[in-house]
Amino acid sequence: MSVALQVGIIVGYLILALLVGVYAYRLTDRTAEDFYLASRTLGTVVLLFTTFATLLSAFTFFAGPNIAYANGPEWILVMGLMDGIVFAILWYVIGYKQWLLGRQYGYVTVGEMLGDRFGSRYLRGLVAGVSLLWLFPYVMLQQVGAGTALEALTEGAIPYSVGAGLITLFMIVYVVLAGMRGIAWTDTLQGAFMLVMTWVALLWVLVAIGGPSAATATLADSAETAGFLSLGGDFYTPQWMLSTAITIGFGVALFPQVNQRFFAAGSRKVLKRSLALWPILCVLLFVPAFMLGSWAAGLELSVPAGDNVLPVILAEYTPTWLAALVIAGAMAAMMSSSDSMLLSGSSYFTRDLYRPFIDGSISDHREDLIARVGVVLFATAAFVASLYNPATLFEIGDAAFSGFAQLALPLMVALYWRGTTRAGITAGIAASQTFYLASLFTAIFPATYAGWTPGVVGMAIGLALTVGVSLVTTPATDERRARYFEGVGGD
Amino acid sequence: MNHGSLELAGWIAVAVVLVSLAIPWFLWGVETTAAGLPVWLWWHVGWMLLASVVFRLFADRAWGIGIETGDGTDGDSDHTERGVESR
Repeated sequence: MSVALQVGIIVGYLILALLVGVYAYRLTDRTAEDFYLASRTLGTVVLLFTTFATLLSAFTFFAGPNIAYANGPEWILVMGLMDGIVFAILWYVIGYKQWLLGRQYGYVTVGEMLGDRFGSRYLRGLVAGVSLLWLFPYVMLQQVGAGTALEALTEGAIPYSVGAGLITLFMIVYVVLAGMRGIAWTDTLQGAFMLVMTWVALLWVLVAIGGPSAATATLADSAETAGFLSLGGDFYTPQWMLSTAITIGFGVALFPQVNQRFFAAGSRKVLKRSLALWPILCVLLFVPAFMLGSWAAGLELSVPAGDNVLPVILAEYTPTWLAALVIAGAMAAMMSSSDSMLLSGSSYFTRDLYRPFIDGSISDHREDLIARVGVVLFATAAFVASLYNPATLFEIGDAAFSGFAQLALPLMVALYWRGTTRAGITAGIAASQTFYLASLFTAIFPATYAGWTPGVVGMAIGLALTVGVSLVTTPATDERRARYFEGVGGD
Repeated sequence: MNHGSLELAGWIAVAVVLVSLAIPWFLWGVETTAAGLPVWLWWHVGWMLLASVVFRLFADRAWGIGIETGDGTDGDSDHTERGVESR
């Protein structure tokens, strides 16, 4: 019953998403800008929830409660700081400026924006290349996750490769059809659904175990979890909490599918309203999702090693249909992040690699077609990789947030300091990426610096080099130094 | 320092405070609970609500500061509140 129900719910979601995609397809202009950015027309609710659903996917649902289960509810503070505050500030500092520049000059990607200002297609290609390097394995991880979840859900009836393949095929059809508009619409349904289901689940569990005070009392009673209630600990050191919040908060802002949403807002008003609602939305999801994880630690549940805690606590205390809905929602959340990543990955490839380096003369119509072909290639390649599931790719995917965070400070320097030179920003990006990759894959650099992670140290290196090299070099003649500073905000 | 950059410095200070105290460092090691949740979690929830109010105020009063150079005419109807002070 449970298996049939869960599969039924997932299939139902897929059909609903496909219908939305077909409807969105009928509204599109068949231009690249419409495909990638819905022609910059997203409204407040849609922009807010599409960013929310894209940002907070399977990671929030599965990994977040697992961390809170193992180490205590401080994870709420870390996620609240990184998403609710740091990302919100970047929403203005990076996002609003990008939105203005994008509207003024027609930028679709951040690489395009930087390449134009610094008069360098190589810089543009570098930003896109670096982004794809981190994005590709991250997409692969989602396919691995979806394949594994489907296999577990159907008790092996759908083998891993078939499950991952079906999900990939579905995503291709859906993204190629729907583009940004359709994805944003399904994300909106998705985000609202996630939020409601999490609260229903929380209330259900709390009623079953006698309320929050009783649940917290069980934590205090057990020697293993007694430390959960005091702020901080061996796992949650100030350096680790701040490193994590900083690298993920900045990394998220440069994740292609999130960064590109900065270009897609319909108006200033949309950006303003979204900013004010953002911290509330975050706290509304994080508190119930991660408290469930933490409270589970005080209850006598057996969570098999490698399994997620959320399905276990739901299976124990809530009816089958509710657990099925929440898990199906999490599966769908995984897919809703992946489809946005595919779309953005394809646009980075088409605009920043194909056009500047292979064929710059293509028409807008043709670019739209190439973008859709790009989605197919990107998804298929990630699927093939997911079948082998190589350890190296796994590590890169896991480190993707910190990898993207390395791009944030050079970008911010360029956006706000006229003195930035092409040599400066190129050095800042190249060196911080090299440093961070070397930290991941070689033993040249230490694993931590007095408790701070290599991700944060790399960001500091990128900042220092961007500023330092800019100070000692002169701008190239084809740089457009005034590009980000004159007439910004004028229509 | 003119009026505009003073205002900008003020908002930057507000942002720094918002970031600094989202995690209540002064409650480090405290394990008191209230209504079933640790007090430091209540602080965080309250802080996020405060952040929302601050962002709202910022959007209403200072949106565009530090970014808009405003040497064009503004066509957006929702954007007339930002005067010359930041320009």
